[in-house]
Amino acid sequence: MMLRTWMIMWKEFRQIARDPRMLTVVVALPTFMILLYGYAINLDVRDVRMAVYDQSRSRQSRELVDAFARSGYFHIIAYPEDDREVTALLDGGRARMVLIIPVRFARRLADGDTAPVQILVDGADSTTASTALGYVAGIVQEYSSRVALVTVYRAGLTMRGAWKPVENRTRYWYNPELRSNNFTIPGLIAVILMVLSALLTSVTVVRERERGTIEGLLVSPVRPMELMLGKLAPYVLIAFGDVLLVMAISSAVFHVPLVGSPALVLALAGIFVIAVLGIGLLISTVAPTQQLAMVAAVMATQLPTVLLSGFIFPISSMPKAIQLLSNILPATHFIRILRGIFLKGNDLAILWQPALVLAAIAVAMVLLSANRFRRTL
Amino acid sequence: MTDIAIDIQDLRKTYGDLVALEGLSLAIAPGEVFGLLGPDGAGKTTTMRLLAGILAPSDGSARVLGMDVFREADGLKRRIGYMPQRFALYGDLTVAENLLFFANIYSVSRAERLKREAELLAFSRLEPFRDRLAMHLSGGMKQKLALACTLMHTPEVLFLDEPTTGVDPVSRREFWRILYTLVNQGVTLFLSTPYMDEAERCTRVAMLNRGRLVRCGTPGELKAGMRGMMLEVIADPMREAKARLTALPGVHDVQTFGERLHVRLDTADAEAAVTAALDGLTLVSLRRIAPGLEDVFNALASGEGPS
Repeated sequence: MMLRTWMIMWKEFRQIARDPRMLTVVVALPTFMILLYGYAINLDVRDVRMAVYDQSRSRQSRELVDAFARSGYFHIIAYPEDDREVTALLDGGRARMVLIIPVRFARRLADGDTAPVQILVDGADSTTASTALGYVAGIVQEYSSRVALVTVYRAGLTMRGAWKPVENRTRYWYNPELRSNNFTIPGLIAVILMVLSALLTSVTVVRERERGTIEGLLVSPVRPMELMLGKLAPYVLIAFGDVLLVMAISSAVFHVPLVGSPALVLALAGIFVIAVLGIGLLISTVAPTQQLAMVAAVMATQLPTVLLSGFIFPISSMPKAIQLLSNILPATHFIRILRGIFLKGNDLAILWQPALVLAAIAVAMVLLSANRFRRTL
Repeated sequence: MTDIAIDIQDLRKTYGDLVALEGLSLAIAPGEVFGLLGPDGAGKTTTMRLLAGILAPSDGSARVLGMDVFREADGLKRRIGYMPQRFALYGDLTVAENLLFFANIYSVSRAERLKREAELLAFSRLEPFRDRLAMHLSGGMKQKLALACTLMHTPEVLFLDEPTTGVDPVSRREFWRILYTLVNQGVTLFLSTPYMDEAERCTRVAMLNRGRLVRCGTPGELKAGMRGMMLEVIADPMREAKARLTALPGVHDVQTFGERLHVRLDTADAEAAVTAALDGLTLVSLRRIAPGLEDVFNALASGEGPS
């Protein structure tokens, strides 16, 4: 009956409002997590420390070094004078990369020969190394075509404009500047809401058992489903407040653009938090103590979500069995939704599938909780 | 309505090898004040929980108001009240909020709720504390609030598990005043208590020990059914007196009550035998007394089966 569900909800609200720790968990925890992780998890490679061993000491070699310095990706920290110094810089980790321009660099360019330059990269950090090499290729390519053009021009051949036989013009859609924040923050929103929501409901039923108040409920006409819905409802509102909070921080602090419909994000976020609150509720109905329930809630959400939801590591490169596991995590679907709406402006016509999965998980969790609830002591 | 309010048939509860309740059978008439007596671990709380329908029996059955407490619990819940031994209200809700909550989960109508609330607050003298958080109430007030919450939906049968344990004597008296009012309204009371003076207030008493029913009857019947006679002895030094009396032939047991000794014995000339036994000690007083329930209970607990 409605009144009983309503009374459970009313009671929960009163208790939450009188629990000062709740405010900390609900406001401070998500704020702290999104700021900490938002700043810490940055996949952009910028200001790579590099050294330049310029043996050529020519105008041309200085032009090339300039091109590196201007790119914004590299920060030139030293100009070693011999091979021993070069080795020392890489060994000590002071430089991640060394550019060596041979003595005959300018000479060869003038002769119309290919002038090789050597790049030594610290491969111990393979992610940074491969990203940095991508930038290097671009810079060298760019410089190279400019030299070619000038040479051709001097040889007396004139062409209309800067002729290149083939030129690739890559454009990154949805995230034109390839800011890693635009990729990580929506995922982070999902991770934080997942951990927080599961934590919120994980103690609500087991607390009644621990405090003995369950006896009063068990002898009353309250049915398990009424108890579950009444327990869930206040936390749906609270978790929804957290949705607004983390989204406000992501756009105000991390400038993640919201291309798609804000209303759609909020609606689907609502379904997502119900699904995860349901997981917490299920944990709470079966856990023997509050402490265990909280540990279980964090274990069941944090690590799997960070590792398996596609938050950072692409799901497509996981083994098939793990992919299956990843697909039962609500966060996996919610991250797809968030990236789709935030960056691509997707609508429900594209996102109906993950939305449906979330709704199914939500319903299943609540039904399962009511079903697992023991009506005896 | 049937003429049996609570009908317990061979009720049994085991936890693994541990037998918490061993085949209890009782029939309680409407309007009775039925007391369950026994030391800790006797199975009182288990019985209470079984009857309230929140514990699954291992065997046997119990019917309250004609309905099976476990199988027909949903229909029965609105007609019975159960007050657990442990304080089971919401400490972080106020007195009035607790009353409102329990009234509404039992679907008490608004008009009825307001009437009951005013009545019960006046009754329990909690009116001045209606906006106080329940956790900040004294022990006695907590128990009265728990009772008031249990009474919001006007139950016909009330189960009270040690309702006055840890409550000061003044509050206990007040609590009983409330209980008697309920009895006058026709409510059937089934309560457990460790206090003998409370058991004396019951219409009938069942004594439990280690999960077994050892005796059941009115307080008068139980006392009359006891073998031997009771003597109250005050002697100095008491320890020495107790040792000598315990060794005396025909003495069943000797219990200490403060500075007094209760001696239960079967001897032809009891007073003379006791006086002789205490020769050399200061005998302050010696008189025959009627056995109290406590004496009956001690006799039973000290291993003597039903006579």
